[in-house]
Amino acid sequence: MPVNTSAIGKTFAPGTYVVGREKVREYAEAVGETNPLYLDPEAARAAGYADVVAPPMFAVVFISKTMTPTLFDPEVGMNFAMMVHGGQSFTWERPIVAGEEITTHVSVKDITEKDGKGFYVYETISKDEAGETVVTADWTFLVRGV
Amino acid sequence: MAIEAGQPIDELKVTPDRFLPIRYAGASGDFNPIHTDKEYATMVGLPSTILHGLYSMAQVARALTDNAGGPANVKSLSVQFRGMGFPEKEITVSGSTTSVEDGVATVELVAEQDGNQIIRNAVGTAAV
Repeated sequence: MPVNTSAIGKTFAPGTYVVGREKVREYAEAVGETNPLYLDPEAARAAGYADVVAPPMFAVVFISKTMTPTLFDPEVGMNFAMMVHGGQSFTWERPIVAGEEITTHVSVKDITEKDGKGFYVYETISKDEAGETVVTADWTFLVRGV
Repeated sequence: MAIEAGQPIDELKVTPDRFLPIRYAGASGDFNPIHTDKEYATMVGLPSTILHGLYSMAQVARALTDNAGGPANVKSLSVQFRGMGFPEKEITVSGSTTSVEDGVATVELVAEQDGNQIIRNAVGTAAV
């Protein structure tokens, strides 16, 4: 059965996430970060930041909050039992600090089929309160046996 | 400077402990039970609970960021997830800088565990 591509281009309601200092520290400690910029507000201020800096991969936290529910969209129709995370890319425009509000826009960038596998690519664009893009990401999910 | 064209970057080694996937699930919000519930993981055909792919990618990002001199210098990172990562086994992130052009370095990285590449074809860019 060919993979259903009708959801290509579909966009979802954007979601806003407030970056919290303790959440940044919790994430930084979980992934083993030791850079004081992520952990110590004084060190971050001394380096010119308003508060602790989010590690680049903290983008996962504020994007997932908005994107994860969209992965279950019936029009996209991914079979979760057969799905694995195949690839991931991020482009960062600048560091994000605790206290910022980040709004993430989610869309289905592409759906293709190759060798019996479905490749579902979501694109997320995360913007700051001024509307400037801070992080762009492509999330590739691979579904076997489509 | 750890980033120089044609040169390897400083390696990063980390051994996630047995409970790391639980802490990462809480920190990241990814509560897929294949990472935290051994019974569930084996029921769906996995050998055991496995690491979150994005945790492993975070180790690649950490190696890139630390070599690049901090988060303000990191511009991009793209990876492919292959194989499975497991708790209680050492992960080694290694790589080398393939080029430096117009103040931007391109770094190729890989994360290995037990001789398996759990993240491959990782390409990062950073301001130098």
